[in-house]
Amino acid sequence: MATKKRAIKLFEPELIGTAIRQSFVKLNPVLMVKNPVMFTVEIGTAVMLAVALFQLITGDRTQGALWYNTTIFVILLLTVLFANFAEALAEARGKAQAESLRKTREDTPAKKIFPVGEMEVNEVKVVHSSQLRKGDLFLCEAGDIIPMDGEIVEGLATIDESAITGESAPVIREAGGDKSSVTGGTKVLSDRIKVRVTTEPGESFLDKMIALVEGASRQKTPNEIALTILLAAFTLIFIIVCVTLKPFADYANTPISIAAFISLFVCLIPTTIGGLLSAIGIAGMDRALRANVIAKSGKAVETAGDVDVLLLDKTGTITIGNRKATHFYPVNGMEEKEFMQLTALSSLADDTPEGKSVIELAAQNGVQAKTEAGMSFIKFTAETRSSGVHIPGGMTILKGAFDAIRDKAAKAGNAVPAETAEKVRLISSNGGTPLVVAVNNEIKGVIELQDIIKPGIQERFERLRKMGVKTVMVTGDNPLTAKYIAEVAGVDDFIAEAKPEDKMNYIRKEQQSGKLVAMMGDGTNDAPALAQADVGVSMNSGTQAAKEAGNMVDLDNDPTKLIEVVEIGKQLLITRGTLTTFSIANDVAKYFAIVPALFIASIPALQSLNIMGLKSPESAILSAVIFNALIIPVLIPLALKGVAYKPIGASALLRRNLLIYGLGGVLVPFIGIKGIDLLLGLFM
Amino acid sequence: MNNEISGVILLFLLTVILAYPLGKYIANVFSGKKTLTGFLNPVERFIFRVSGINPAEPMNWKQFLKAMLTINLLWLVYGFFLLIFQDKLPMNPDGNPGQTPDLAFNTAISFLVNCNLQHYSGESGLTYFTQLFVVTFLQFVSAGTGIAVLIGLFNGLKEKTTNNLGNFWNYLVKSITRILLPLSVIVALLLAFNGTPAGFGGKDSIVTLQGDSVQVSRGPAAGMIAIKQLGTNGGGWFGVNSAHPLENPNYFTNAVETISILLIPIALVFALGFYINRKKLARVIFGVMTFLFVIFCSINIYYEMKGNPAIDKLGVAQTAGSMEGKEVRFGAAATALWSVATTSTSNGSVNGMHDSLTPISGGVVILDMMVNALYGGVGVGLLNYFIFIIIAVFISGLMVGRTPEFMGHKVEAREIKIAALVTLLSAFLIKGFTALAAYMVAHHPEIAWQVKPGAWLNNPSYHGFSEMLYEYTSANANNGSGFEGLGDNNPFWNITTGIVLILGRYLPIIAPIAIMGLLANKKFIPESPGTLRTDSGTFGMMTLAVIIIITALSYLPALALGPLAEYFSLY
Repeated sequence: MATKKRAIKLFEPELIGTAIRQSFVKLNPVLMVKNPVMFTVEIGTAVMLAVALFQLITGDRTQGALWYNTTIFVILLLTVLFANFAEALAEARGKAQAESLRKTREDTPAKKIFPVGEMEVNEVKVVHSSQLRKGDLFLCEAGDIIPMDGEIVEGLATIDESAITGESAPVIREAGGDKSSVTGGTKVLSDRIKVRVTTEPGESFLDKMIALVEGASRQKTPNEIALTILLAAFTLIFIIVCVTLKPFADYANTPISIAAFISLFVCLIPTTIGGLLSAIGIAGMDRALRANVIAKSGKAVETAGDVDVLLLDKTGTITIGNRKATHFYPVNGMEEKEFMQLTALSSLADDTPEGKSVIELAAQNGVQAKTEAGMSFIKFTAETRSSGVHIPGGMTILKGAFDAIRDKAAKAGNAVPAETAEKVRLISSNGGTPLVVAVNNEIKGVIELQDIIKPGIQERFERLRKMGVKTVMVTGDNPLTAKYIAEVAGVDDFIAEAKPEDKMNYIRKEQQSGKLVAMMGDGTNDAPALAQADVGVSMNSGTQAAKEAGNMVDLDNDPTKLIEVVEIGKQLLITRGTLTTFSIANDVAKYFAIVPALFIASIPALQSLNIMGLKSPESAILSAVIFNALIIPVLIPLALKGVAYKPIGASALLRRNLLIYGLGGVLVPFIGIKGIDLLLGLFM
Repeated sequence: MNNEISGVILLFLLTVILAYPLGKYIANVFSGKKTLTGFLNPVERFIFRVSGINPAEPMNWKQFLKAMLTINLLWLVYGFFLLIFQDKLPMNPDGNPGQTPDLAFNTAISFLVNCNLQHYSGESGLTYFTQLFVVTFLQFVSAGTGIAVLIGLFNGLKEKTTNNLGNFWNYLVKSITRILLPLSVIVALLLAFNGTPAGFGGKDSIVTLQGDSVQVSRGPAAGMIAIKQLGTNGGGWFGVNSAHPLENPNYFTNAVETISILLIPIALVFALGFYINRKKLARVIFGVMTFLFVIFCSINIYYEMKGNPAIDKLGVAQTAGSMEGKEVRFGAAATALWSVATTSTSNGSVNGMHDSLTPISGGVVILDMMVNALYGGVGVGLLNYFIFIIIAVFISGLMVGRTPEFMGHKVEAREIKIAALVTLLSAFLIKGFTALAAYMVAHHPEIAWQVKPGAWLNNPSYHGFSEMLYEYTSANANNGSGFEGLGDNNPFWNITTGIVLILGRYLPIIAPIAIMGLLANKKFIPESPGTLRTDSGTFGMMTLAVIIIITALSYLPALALGPLAEYFSLY
């Protein structure tokens, strides 16, 4: 894909530096308090610092050795720093992505058009792009960089958008219609356009979205809030556990040091997920950005993971571009070459892709047609639904929809050959479009136009089906054609002869039954549907209205991007869920390390709970705390990359993740803590 | 196979076989279908007419809870005053005195909340009047409250989107007339025919084989014993509960009473499946509950049949197992089964002394009450399980990449907040108050209270700690059984357990109903292939994991200091 050039290494040296600096800045309690789990760890760290200082000054030894308390303090500090580092690294990566986008919109010269007087005589002056305001007009010619986002009001141009999309093939943008929007930072390759600025400087759509990606204006998503509440509840349970342990220990005549209390507490609270939670959220947005999708909010990405219904345009998404001529069927025994000659002639002035494909197919068969003097062309109109050519000498060739040509033939008193009617029916039922060709209102044959379904699209739909997402194809084709293509491509449903309001109604209907709907659109007439859909992805090439209405913008203008967006959303939730499970499952081993260590002196019988055979109470507690701290940086890559999503059905996925992260979460710390204890045993 | 063990297995299988059709019957009663007890319709219509209730009036979750709380408050005041003035009321042939205010407070609450923690002995602490019109009455209505509330929850689950949880009064009345009364009549008859007293005569005197003259308390006990077993109440007529030869005369009555403990709680799980038409969900829930139940039973039966190692060391043979505090007519296995059944269901009746269980079994019964959702109390057991489901749904929803949903409703921050609070609550009540008691014993043993903290415990050390832990765990779970070594009839224990009783009863009822009310109000999301099915074995496993992890993490240190420390120093 075109996204490669913006890929940032997980531990890019430059970013690491920034992230380390930020880890210390984030120690500020005002910032920490937003993360209740890590905030309590910070408090514990402060208490340990106080204990160590108190010991240093007074020489008191009732709370254990000074080196031991100092070590605990350092490890706790590291725990907080590791968590901060995870968040800072995710933010730094987001910023770096955003920066590379922003580079494309540095100050560039702009050819601003100043209206002179009331007259239509305009003057062009070169100004800085930062001086352009909403509503201003500017001019761009071949070789110019477009200074601001805007809409073409006049002209047509080929534009290189690779700076934004990474796609090197130039695109065509023209005034009017759905492809009138241009983006600042892209380059005009040919022709000349007049553009009206649509945003104030620094407030363009992309600017706003980049700010979001940077994390500056990131808000916690509803799901993240719910998880934070659950984690806070777990933290409270462990506060209760630790506070009540004091009188319990008094009853059992066991003195427990402050260091042991705080270590137990920090080990039990879900620091792993607490430390990585915001990094996971930021990384989710970041992954979307790397897929060249800019999400307006983290919530939009999360919602994407829940989507039940996907509305996809047929053209460009399911089929390649436009229909192409695939066969010629002359009637009444006419020579095929001769018929081709006729069709090619009739298409000479036909600029539509379909028309061009007719000439192409004829040429492939060695039949050429040239414009000759005296020919006059009949333009296609919605009324006649046919086009063609008058050739000097009284021959008129017409090409068009079957019923239009049939009516003309009938008027002229010519019968419709049974062969033709049969062919037309056959082509339609195979998802093709028949075009009938007549000479002087006498039917000569049929051209078959077919859609070409994108390779690999069936597999993608199959994957979506396994994810539980229903796919719906939207097309302007008649129901018969639509049904055929839907079947071949493997979509679940289709909307044929779709008008913009049909999309809207379909979305409403699905939403009323409680489903979440995603759609992709580019035109202004898509805007209401994009706004109505739960996830609306607009293409960057689309109109400003469409972009404002959706909640994501796809910079690649790739209609299949929705599928990736859905997976990114799922990945985000899965990463949160699995790391929560892992974090909490870890506690089992930590209990087995710390509880016997606490009571070993007064209740030797509890040594039987020391199933790991840890060396001494001190090394047991240290090992648990060290494991607890180290697991955070170890999991940073997983948090940032996300846990892979596999479309194997919800129950199978739950089983798999429970096995890996639940059972794994129970077992891994037993091994880890024992290993650290063995290492510590060399020094203690 | 060993006779004792086959007896226990048969007993459990028989219970499940009886519970299944009962579950179907319960579902039919509350969905208004025709049942065998249709002839009671006029009785209920009469009750509704006299009370001015329209049983068809819909209630949202707030109205539903308001009705429940109001009538419960009324019963509390009623019970409290009757207990204080019982010496002035009729039907007191033995001339028992009125209760002190702190004991009356504890007793009234205790029976109101379906706990039946007894800081008195029935023979001397109550009169026949209060036995019948306070204790037995509350045993019926508190169990009825549990069933009624559960049906409210069922209604929320049944409808796609609704405000209406049904009419609380309707469910309360019907749960008594259609379920508790008929079953109690059957059980009471079985008990009476086997020798349990059912008359109004006062104490009788007998001459024992040794030639001593003994006064034997009697009274209209059979009916009360039936409802105390069936309604997961557990408060006995006699002080030693179902270990008493008149309360539980023989192996057959023991079988009847054991079945009665488990019958309705298990039937309600099946009723869930029938009522909301999701039998698979009910089966999965039953499977998870039974899985843990069977493990707990196996542990207790094993350790109780094995005997006490301290006695082994003396060279005394224990062919019958550990028989301290057990009745010879039941044996070790049947007592072990009862101990797990009564703590699983928040019943709290005993047929042997839990204080005398071997350390691991003692730990298991405490753990069982900490979970408090293996079948659980009548109605409330499933409500507790519902909280575990909500947390399991949330975490597993994330793990499959969908914002969590249960039965077509999204589980969001508000629901999680409520569920988390309830989970916190039991940890707070049990550990907080045990810590308070431990603190008093450790630091102020000689404080000038009616009973000095230093004199609370009949056993020192770990076992003493287990006694305190047991008392609050039992109060929080509304179980009501005790490690009877504890000196608990004094203001400190009467008042603190009273507080734990109220909070441990009503918050875990209010919370699930509030969650259900909020969920049922949300837009219904139809199931898609991407939805995590909550009626699958996988999700059952997930719930099981959540139950074990939350309970283990909350209570392991406390259990380590009590039963585990005792076990490791004894074995």
